[in-house]
Amino acid sequence: MNGISAYIARRLGITLLILLAVSFAVYVIFSLLPYDPAALTCGKNCNDPGIIEANRIRLGYDKPFWEQYWLFLSGLFVGRSFGTGAAAIFCPAPSFGYSFQQHACVTNLLGDALPVTIYLAVGALILWLIVGVGLGIIAARFRGKIWDTLSTAFVLVGTSLPTFLTGLMLIIFLVIKLDGSPFPSDGYTAPEEDFGQFLLSMILPWVTLAFAFAAIYTRFVRSQILEISTEDYIRTAKAKGLSDGRILGKHTLRAALAPIVTMAGLDFAGLLGGAILTEAVFNLPGMGRLSLKAVVDIDLPVIVATTILAAAIVVVMNMILDIAYAFIDPRVRV
Amino acid sequence: MSLLSVRDLRVEFKTPDGVVKAVAGVSFDLNPGETVAIVGESGSGKSVSNLAYMGLLPASKTTISGEVLLETDSGVVNLIGMDNDNLRKIRGKDIAMIFQDPMSALHPYYTIGDQLIEAHQVHNNVDKSVSRDRAVELLALVGVANPAERMASYPHQFSGGMRQRVMIAMALMNNPKVLIADEPTTALDVTVQAQILKLLSDLQARFGMAVILITHDLGVVAGAADRVNVMYGGRLVESTGVNEIYENPMMPYTVGLLDSIPRMDQGHGKRLRAIPGQPPSLIKLGEGCAFAARCERKKELPEGTCDTSPELKEVKPGHLVRCHLYAAKGASK
Repeated sequence: MNGISAYIARRLGITLLILLAVSFAVYVIFSLLPYDPAALTCGKNCNDPGIIEANRIRLGYDKPFWEQYWLFLSGLFVGRSFGTGAAAIFCPAPSFGYSFQQHACVTNLLGDALPVTIYLAVGALILWLIVGVGLGIIAARFRGKIWDTLSTAFVLVGTSLPTFLTGLMLIIFLVIKLDGSPFPSDGYTAPEEDFGQFLLSMILPWVTLAFAFAAIYTRFVRSQILEISTEDYIRTAKAKGLSDGRILGKHTLRAALAPIVTMAGLDFAGLLGGAILTEAVFNLPGMGRLSLKAVVDIDLPVIVATTILAAAIVVVMNMILDIAYAFIDPRVRV
Repeated sequence: MSLLSVRDLRVEFKTPDGVVKAVAGVSFDLNPGETVAIVGESGSGKSVSNLAYMGLLPASKTTISGEVLLETDSGVVNLIGMDNDNLRKIRGKDIAMIFQDPMSALHPYYTIGDQLIEAHQVHNNVDKSVSRDRAVELLALVGVANPAERMASYPHQFSGGMRQRVMIAMALMNNPKVLIADEPTTALDVTVQAQILKLLSDLQARFGMAVILITHDLGVVAGAADRVNVMYGGRLVESTGVNEIYENPMMPYTVGLLDSIPRMDQGHGKRLRAIPGQPPSLIKLGEGCAFAARCERKKELPEGTCDTSPELKEVKPGHLVRCHLYAAKGASK
């Protein structure tokens, strides 16, 4: 177990360094954009240099790049106040900055959006794992038979249909055209508000998102199982006299676990950064919609924050997966 | 009757290029306690013939015919055409197998204890602790130090030779009547090879099982086998006792195999003789002798003799040869 703790500690250290590098890279890219962040704060037809200069000082854009980056970093840990005196706005730690367009601390915006995306991603993940892994196993088990053909058809449809089309079709047929449809036509209800309504508002987005992923996972799991079935140790299991069901359930799936977990982890991390299309179609106020709106409005602090957060989620998920490997694969443990 | 009797076994694979006749009518017998070596180069059908009746080839692409009669506790059964569920009960119990590459033949994610116990549990309705005791006992028997502790180790924590010992222990869990050893030492160092072969023959003497030793290495055969079956192009071409094969090889292919082994008793500077040409394609194999294209003694026979396939004939008591050179004359030297 000592080996594992050391491994985790080392992995944590590396992750922190990567996060620092990522935040720096994102900050550099956005400071190089041909926009004046101070001018952007005062709207499209704003020509008053007084206001622009005041905002520049207030948001710290007058300071040199290194100091700006330092203020951003330290804000993450101790909070940060914008402006001075009575007009000052304080964003407590972890502060990702202040969005002048939305008149809110970016952290608060993220705090509202992230749970929505988490609910969306977790529900979809569970759904597509059940469907994808299940169908993949069935397709591999009955290779070349009718079940395999049907699952291939499912894969073809699932990978071909874009999520916005699936989503819109579901809305048209299950919400608009269906009399007495239980699904709300618009918007999102928080679970703490009304859990039943929350489930109803999430079912269609979950199905939409899971459909595309389930198709990919069906194909992936099927090919993994077929590949592992040719391994020598599966032949050994057969030579021992184990039944096909036991070989599949114990020996083959155990070996397929690592690649499936890896793929699911990375896909899940990608989704936490925002499922832009699904959120847009179903009007869910999640990370995807927040990012989209920020890009359209050129709301730089929000863009920086969502980008760094999305990258951080992927980096952290990679770390979690590496640690999970140590538990899945005894050869990594040593 | 013998313990295992293989009669006219044929194995064909459907491939995009045509039907591969991997095994084209092989017959041999295995008596209790006996070791029969099956020798041949890659693609001669030596492995496939034994994997086939064990049901270890992909069923959808393989056609098997012939008879493989096994004497079990409940009478003689034919393994060919047996449904998978019944065959499964024979695999690992009456007939066990060990394979060429011990590195990949054990599941990397399960402890060897788990894998050994599983091999026993599947055929015996006993408490897990019984299987565990049996596993520890066999690990000790195959020469694994601290067997009780090593039960919790994973395959990667063993060396190649040790893993093959674990494989052997796993094969012996149910006291099988027949052990099929498919190139058991090919992937191992020479010194380890000798140890494993010694272990196999010790265990054979102890448990009285019969062994089918599949190998391309006539050096391995010399010390381990009672009888030798030489395969070429999916057929047996020579079958005789182990001493006879070295003293009086008849089929030119067997002679070629023996000539290609380095020998201590031949002078320095002598080059090894290789058999010219390539093994035949098993798709285009025609009516003639499969070895004719590479045979150096073909010219001793009248033109066209080798266009028909010779029969496997007993040219001397206990010495069978498939070769036109011996067909007419009987035993000759």
